[in-house]
Amino acid sequence: MRMNIHFKNRVACIGAGLTLFRRRLFETPRELAWEAAKQALENAGMELKDIDCVVFGSAPDAFDGIHMQGEYMVDGAGGYKKPFTRVYVGGGTGVFSVIAGWWHVASGLCDKVLVVAEEKMSPALPHPQYVFHHIFDPITDKPLGVNLIWIFALEMHRYMYKYNIKKEDIALVSVKNKRNALDHPAAQLGAKITVEDVLNSEVLVWPVQRLDISPVSDGAGALILTSEEYAKQYTDTPVWIDGVGWNLDTTYWTNRDLAFPKYLYYAGKMAYKMAGIHNPRKEIDVAEVYDPFDYKELHHMEGLQLARKGEAPILTREGVTERDGDLPINPSGGLLGVGNPIAAAGIMKVAEIFWQLRKEAGKRQVAKDPTTGLAQAWGDLMQIGTVVVMRV
Amino acid sequence: MDKNVKLPGTPYSSDDFKKGKIPYVEDVPKARYTWSAGIAMSRFLEELKNGRIIARKCHECGRVYVPPRMFCSYCFRPTDEWVYVKDTGRVNTAVVSYIGADRGKLGEPLVVAVIELDGASEGMGILHKLGNVDPEDVKNRKVFNMRVKAVWKKPEEREGAITDILYFEPIE
Amino acid sequence: MSIDKIRDLKSAKVIPGDMEVGKYVYTLGLAGEKFFNGLKNGKILASTCKKCGITYLPPKAYCEECHGAIDEYSEVGKIGMVYSYTIQYVDGSGKKLDEGVIWALIKYEGVRGGIVHKLGEVDYDQLYIGMLVEPVFKKKAEREGKITDILYFRPIKP
Repeated sequence: MRMNIHFKNRVACIGAGLTLFRRRLFETPRELAWEAAKQALENAGMELKDIDCVVFGSAPDAFDGIHMQGEYMVDGAGGYKKPFTRVYVGGGTGVFSVIAGWWHVASGLCDKVLVVAEEKMSPALPHPQYVFHHIFDPITDKPLGVNLIWIFALEMHRYMYKYNIKKEDIALVSVKNKRNALDHPAAQLGAKITVEDVLNSEVLVWPVQRLDISPVSDGAGALILTSEEYAKQYTDTPVWIDGVGWNLDTTYWTNRDLAFPKYLYYAGKMAYKMAGIHNPRKEIDVAEVYDPFDYKELHHMEGLQLARKGEAPILTREGVTERDGDLPINPSGGLLGVGNPIAAAGIMKVAEIFWQLRKEAGKRQVAKDPTTGLAQAWGDLMQIGTVVVMRV
Repeated sequence: MDKNVKLPGTPYSSDDFKKGKIPYVEDVPKARYTWSAGIAMSRFLEELKNGRIIARKCHECGRVYVPPRMFCSYCFRPTDEWVYVKDTGRVNTAVVSYIGADRGKLGEPLVVAVIELDGASEGMGILHKLGNVDPEDVKNRKVFNMRVKAVWKKPEEREGAITDILYFEPIE
Repeated sequence: MSIDKIRDLKSAKVIPGDMEVGKYVYTLGLAGEKFFNGLKNGKILASTCKKCGITYLPPKAYCEECHGAIDEYSEVGKIGMVYSYTIQYVDGSGKKLDEGVIWALIKYEGVRGGIVHKLGEVDYDQLYIGMLVEPVFKKKAEREGKITDILYFRPIKP
C-alpha cells in the first residue's frame, strides 16, 4: 500500500472519561454517553461549545435495541448542531471512532473533536447471544445452529494446534487481566483467580471455558482530540496520536489462516509506518490489545509484531506482559477484567494508554517509564484490526 | 485515572429487575426477513440436493471457491467456470460445543469443524458438523488433519440446504 | 468471463428467517424515571437548565446546549397547544382502521420539545393548528408510569 504519512496537523489526546462498566446500567444510552462526554470535557478543561465536531461509535443497533442509534444519540453525545458522524466496525468500533476523530483533526477540517462510544447490551432478552446469531451467513452458517463462540473456539484451537500451546498458558492471560482490573475504577470483573479456576470453569465450546471470555456489559467512554495548536492552549501534557491503522480480512472466515491475524498485521504495519516505528517489540513500551477472549491477547500480540509467531504465550508465562514486566499488556485489566461494552471498551483501551503515558494510572501505572503506547481493537466478523500508536 | 475515582453509572441486578425495582418499557421486535441466495448460492444449494458440491473457478488466479462466488475477491473480476469438488476433505480445526445457538446447554456435545474439501483451493474451508468423532480426539488434537467424508441425507429428504449434508465423518 | 443468469426462477433460492431476540427492555434512565413517575401522579414534568434557561419536554438529565447536568424538574402549565396534527387511517401493516386516529404534537409555552399524543373529544372539522388542549389521564389506580397513562388530549372548553 502506498500511503501519505504527511498530514496537516499532529493530533493530540487531551482528555478522557468513562462510566462504570456493568452487566446492567439503569441510565439510557444517551445518558451514559453524556456522562462519559462530560467527564472527558472536564478532564480537558473544555466546554461543549469549544468542540468543533463529534464522532460517535457503537456496535450493532440490535444490542441497544434502537435503530439508527447514531441519530438517537446525538444530543447525549454532544453532537447537537455540530457535524456529527457515527462509525461502526463491530468490536473494532471503539478504536475506529478514535481513528475517525483523528481524520478530522489531521486533515485540518476541525481542531477540537469529541469522540464518544457507548454500548448497552442489557436490553436484549433473553440474552444478547441472540443478537450475535444475526451476524452469520443465513445460508451456510445459521442452519447449522452456529453459536458465536464456535468461531472463536475454532480459531483458538487452530492457534493452539499450530504452535503447540497449552490451555494453562492461555489461562494466564485471564488471571493477569482480572487481577489488573482490581485497580480500575470502572471494572466489572476484577478478581483474584488462578489458572485452575479457569481450567475448572464451565466448558462452553472446547477449548473455550467460562473464564476464558469477557462479560456482557453496559458502559460508555469519551476522548477529546485536538490539533497541536489547541492542545498547547489546554494542557502541558498532551498525548500524541502518531500512527493509526486499520485493515479488513475476508468475511469468509473459514477461508482465513486462523492461526495468525493477518488483518492486524497489516493494520499494525500501517500505524507503525506512520509513527516511524521499525521494531515494535522494542519501541512499544505498553500496549492495550483487544482481549474479549484470553487467547486473543496472545493472537493479537503476534499480529502486532509485539511477539514472534507462537511466542506470546511464552512471554506471558515469563511475566514479560505484567505491569512490572518489559512489555506490559493490558495494564487496565482489559475486556476480561474491566468489561466489554463493545465500542466503549475500545475507548477504555485508548484512555488507558493516555493515562499510562501521562503517568496518571495510579495503582495501574506500569513500572517502566513509558513514552510510546499502542491500543488496538478487533471486530466485524473477526476480521478487522484497528490500531492507534500514541506518544508523549 | 486512579482506582478511587468515583465514576457515574447506576448498576442494577437481574434480581432487582425481577422484583420490579427497575422501571422500564418493553418492545418485541417482529422483523422477518427473506434472504435472497443469489446466483452462486442458489446453484450451490440446488446441487446439494443432488448430493454434489459445486464451486466456482477463477481462470486468472486459478482459485476454486467453495462456497461458490460469482466474482473473485483477489482478482476483482467475475469467476469463470462451475466445477465440482469432492465431498471428502481434511479437518483444518475442530471444537466441541456444549451449548446451542441460544447459549442453552446441549444434551449431547456437538463437534464442529472447518473442513477443507478436496478439489477446492488451499484454505477454502467450510463450516460443518463432525459425526462419529470422539470429543476426546478433539481435545487431544488427533482430529486435526483427519480425513473426512460427507454423510448425506437420503435423496428424497434433501431440500437444497447446507443441512442436506448431515455431517462429515472420518474415512476409515 | 461469463455472467450467469438464473432463467428458471424455481432455482432461485430465498431463505426465510426472523429476529430471534425475544424482547427488548428499555430502562427509563434518570430523566425518564422522573417523567413517568410524574405521569403516574397526573403531572407532565419538564426539566430546566438554569444556566441556559432552557426547559426540556420530555425532560433531559443534561442540557443539549451546554452539556451541564440538570436536576430541576417542574410541571408544565395546564394549557398545551396543538403545534401540528395528522389523521391516521391505516395501521402499521397498511390495514384500514374503522375510525381515523388524530395524532398531534403538543407544545407548551417556553418549553423546548413537546409531546406526541392522540387528540380526543374533537371532530375532524373542528381541528386547527393552535388549538388549546389539556391531557385526559387514566384513573389513578390504573396508571402504570407509561405514556399511555395519558389517554388523549382534548380541547379546552372556553
